[in-house]
Amino acid sequence: MKSSKSIFRIVFGAYLALFFAYMFLPLIFMTIIAFNANEVPQITPWKGFTFMWFGELAKDEQMWNALLNSFIVAFAVVAISVPIGLGGALLLTRLQFKARDFVYGVLVSPILTPGIILGISTFLFWDSYMNVPGGLWTAILGQATFITSYCMLLIMSRAQRFDLTQEEAAFDLGATHGQVFWKITLPFLRPALISSVALAFMQSFDNYNTTLFAIGVEQTLPIYIGTKLRSFISPAMNALAVVFIALTIIGAITYEYRRRRELIKTG
Amino acid sequence: METLQVRDFWNNALRDLGKIGVAYIMITVGAWLVFMILIPQLIMLDYSFRPMLALRDIGGPKDVWTLKNYLVFFTNKLHMAIFFKTIWSSLIVTSAALAICYPIAFYLAKVARGGKVGLLMLGLIIPYWINELLRLFAWQIILADSGIMNQLLIFLGIIADPINFRAGNGAVVLGMTYAYILFMVFPIYNVMESLDRNQLDAARDLGASWLRIHRKIVIPYAKPGIAVGCTMTFMLAAGTVAAPQLLGSPSSFWFTQVINTNFECANWNQGAAYATLLMLLCMIFMFIMLKIFKVGLKELTQ
Repeated sequence: MKSSKSIFRIVFGAYLALFFAYMFLPLIFMTIIAFNANEVPQITPWKGFTFMWFGELAKDEQMWNALLNSFIVAFAVVAISVPIGLGGALLLTRLQFKARDFVYGVLVSPILTPGIILGISTFLFWDSYMNVPGGLWTAILGQATFITSYCMLLIMSRAQRFDLTQEEAAFDLGATHGQVFWKITLPFLRPALISSVALAFMQSFDNYNTTLFAIGVEQTLPIYIGTKLRSFISPAMNALAVVFIALTIIGAITYEYRRRRELIKTG
Repeated sequence: METLQVRDFWNNALRDLGKIGVAYIMITVGAWLVFMILIPQLIMLDYSFRPMLALRDIGGPKDVWTLKNYLVFFTNKLHMAIFFKTIWSSLIVTSAALAICYPIAFYLAKVARGGKVGLLMLGLIIPYWINELLRLFAWQIILADSGIMNQLLIFLGIIADPINFRAGNGAVVLGMTYAYILFMVFPIYNVMESLDRNQLDAARDLGASWLRIHRKIVIPYAKPGIAVGCTMTFMLAAGTVAAPQLLGSPSSFWFTQVINTNFECANWNQGAAYATLLMLLCMIFMFIMLKIFKVGLKELTQ
């Protein structure tokens, strides 16, 4: 019994190691290549350590333009998705009505729809019925369609744990709806709202499928990466990946650090 | 009766949330529902049922609803083959992701404890935050003719000449499994986390084998998570544009690329019809998942 358990542990340990190797080795290769002076993005032959690909990336005006667009789109998506997501969450958690399940189904359906469909349908609607050709605006709306569903679900999961008696007490003491919302409901939902801002921003910043069909001739960063990777592949893309990886690791560590500090504080 | 319920609804809503609150909800959700979800979908559907016309014919007598765009699909053997290949490959990606992720999710949720969980979660989240295209690019490098995979295989003496991985579907499927694996881990993990450890201990004490424990306790409990994971992974795989673009070759065309080509050739109507077919496929898959795992749409998205 004891030995079978330890064998299991060894086998599973090996599986876990293999799994994380599978997750991380590709990223490690990609990082090493970013510093190889070889203009073919491969580890071998190794032509010496260099930062030149970062320089090449920084000189690419198209990249900066795409980055700027990505920021514009992401901020706009946050500005649209979080307030609407809040509205949806309040609708579904606070109001009782017959068609609730049906409305819920429709509001989460964008998450279950392939991204390209959202891009295509947004593009067709705005281009042919509103006379707005594909561009940043259609990309923003296409993305916001499903990102709002994510925000709504996030806010809902917290709103469901809300203690309604708090509001009732406030009303009994003569508070107005506005006061109750700003002093009780909103502070309670704050953590969920902050996470949904972060989630919406990252989802937008990473989006390719929906954006590709909605954006017309403009470029966001993922569209720029896609165009580059399909034409001439340069290690400058590895340099970009390294920037992404570094930012991600910094972000993850800060998040984990803050979470732990928070845990210690709340005991 | 009906009007009474409607009036109750408004009275309750106004009492709980106030005029501004109710107006806020109705305006935000209304705009989202109507202008972002419903109308664009209906317009795409409308496009798919209309013929492609020259600008001057739009609105004219030729502009009528027709099944022509859908019939094109059923008479085009190549497009049908690509469609079925997309389904088949997406199923492979989904099952591979499930097989790989189930043990990981279980380990994270019920075996690992304390700080280890946090660390492993971080290890899962970091690759997930890096852009999908760059994750696929990593595999493009690994699977290139002069890439690490070929060099390793040659070094080990398994092959003599480099394999062109991109010729078939192999690279696309491999890259996609890598890129979408986390959409499988998290839903399953989320559900398993709330499973009571005592149940597992009790079963073990009563002599149940681990296989039996999983079959009788863990899998039935994790059903909603498995259903979400499979639905998401299948939808992402069938709907991906990036993976076949970066890891495929002209011989491994994906259905999304056919849709893309239609739009590039300015045949929006045909493209809309094909997009509708893709959406139907994903919906059918979702309903099959709901049936197999006997979960409702509500549990699916929790």
